[in-house]
Amino acid sequence: MNARRSAPRGGFGGIALRVAVVIYILLLVALPLVRLFEFGLEEGLSEFWKNVTAPSALSALWLTVWTGLVVAIAGLFFGTLVAWVLVRYRFPGRAAIAATLDLPLAVPTLVAGIMLAVLYGPESAIGEALSGIGVDVIFAQPGIVLALLFVTLPFVVRAVEPVLLEIDPSEEEAAVVLGAGPFKVFRTVFFPAIAPAAISGAIRAFGRAIGEFGAIVLVAGNNPARGTLTAPVYIFGEIESGAPHRAAAVAIVLLLVALSLHAIGRWVETRTRHA
Amino acid sequence: MPEAPDAAIERDAVKVEPPPDPGDERSDADEPASLVPPRAKRVVGAPATFARPPSSSIPWLRIGRGALIAVALVYLGSVLLAPMGALVVELFREGIGEAAASLVEPRALRALGMSIALMVIALVVNAVVGTVGAIAIVRHRFVGRRIVNALADLPLALSPVMVALAFLLLFGREGWLGPVLEAVDLKVVFAFPGLVLATLFVTLPFTIREVAYVLEEIGTSEEEAAATLGASPWQTFWRITLPNIRYGLGYGLLMTAARSLGEFGAVLVLGGSIAGHTQTATTYIHDAVEERELAGAHAMAVVLACVAVCLLVALEWSKRKKQGRKEKR
Repeated sequence: MNARRSAPRGGFGGIALRVAVVIYILLLVALPLVRLFEFGLEEGLSEFWKNVTAPSALSALWLTVWTGLVVAIAGLFFGTLVAWVLVRYRFPGRAAIAATLDLPLAVPTLVAGIMLAVLYGPESAIGEALSGIGVDVIFAQPGIVLALLFVTLPFVVRAVEPVLLEIDPSEEEAAVVLGAGPFKVFRTVFFPAIAPAAISGAIRAFGRAIGEFGAIVLVAGNNPARGTLTAPVYIFGEIESGAPHRAAAVAIVLLLVALSLHAIGRWVETRTRHA
Repeated sequence: MPEAPDAAIERDAVKVEPPPDPGDERSDADEPASLVPPRAKRVVGAPATFARPPSSSIPWLRIGRGALIAVALVYLGSVLLAPMGALVVELFREGIGEAAASLVEPRALRALGMSIALMVIALVVNAVVGTVGAIAIVRHRFVGRRIVNALADLPLALSPVMVALAFLLLFGREGWLGPVLEAVDLKVVFAFPGLVLATLFVTLPFTIREVAYVLEEIGTSEEEAAATLGASPWQTFWRITLPNIRYGLGYGLLMTAARSLGEFGAVLVLGGSIAGHTQTATTYIHDAVEERELAGAHAMAVVLACVAVCLLVALEWSKRKKQGRKEKR
């Protein structure tokens, strides 16, 4: 901390460079968002509210929120499970599987959508079998959830993994020696340690899910009658059909949710780092 | 605890043994977990619990272990691994020849070239912005520092479509900057500058975050020593700071490359995916699917997926390098 004060000053060139970069960040990020608010609200709050509460906008927002929640909760459960299995057990293929976990961070989301469409689409064997029992995946809501699970897969796993590795084995040992059964050991030793990490991972997954576009657009199709229009797809559609105010209204709602989640996420992160 | 010293000695002696493979079952822990085992045995058994959950000595929990692994594998398989495999299988089913032919078509090549050009621009800009921005945020105090810090992180949290809409409203005909752009005859929307803006926005956080993190970790003692010995700020940067942050910067740049090649929503809205003009590799895939040219779409998707796998291997390598440096300290 005290060292920061005596950091090299960098002369005039260095200062000018830093000022330029700070202005670049402000202009690139803040200016467009200010303009989005200004545009969305320029016709007055009542018009903005009318655009948000239009039936198609509301159903898009609702679909986005509930699929995001499903993905966050499923991610919380399965992500913790995957981290647990990868950290605590040794089995053939473990290293290979651990290495593929970060793929969703590198694979373009549109490509993820194509992969799911190929595997679960109506022309594939699995897709046919599933629609035989009355479950449509692609061009339907399960496809959206699958796509979101793909793109948010690493979040909870990578949040829980380091915490599991750092838990002092003597705590677990002590619990066993004191007579705790396996479930009690998990509840008293592991759960309190990994819960904050898992929840912050799930919050990030939710934030990512409500903004996702590329992975969904091919999987969901663009037929509003099927109930697969998420908020980002709705915004895209309204831009294309020349209704920027309707697009901006939903975008502002999405932005406000994203900003609050971002603030919560940063707060949790700083708290866990200082703990 | 009167026995503590000799327990510590015994424990140290045991530590020399390599830890047992956590997967194998050991018979010395056969007594029920609810009983406190005899002391001597407890100490010998202690290292085993370092790597292995003590519960696996109970038979039905051994089944539980298998079940947990199975559930995790089925989940990963159905969400991640099977879809990736399916795409490759589908490509072979459609025929590699046809896929290759669709990739060397001028339209596909232009789209790929456009994506590579955007990636190169993003890499160059973010190498500078990430380094300078992180130094400004971590090493200096100025008004609005916290705001800049939060803003630099924000693009990760925003939907690319929403961002593209905001840029449209800024640079479009009715936008704040519309008249200025018209005066200097610069087209941003549905043109190359729009694609560049979209790419720079979504890739902004990666290098700044990574470099800022490394700068915080390493502290300023080496930089101070250099300054005390009479190095100029630029000398200090080139000979001390840059070598220290290089793996963090490299990691951030690999993430930048992956994201710039993979960005779709923002470049679709802002660029309009005009074939041969503003079409990128991802918007090419989207249009090919819409036109039912699935062979072309799948071929390009496999190309991007392969690049992603290569980037991931490089990411793993640089992560290890990064951690190696941290442990040396």
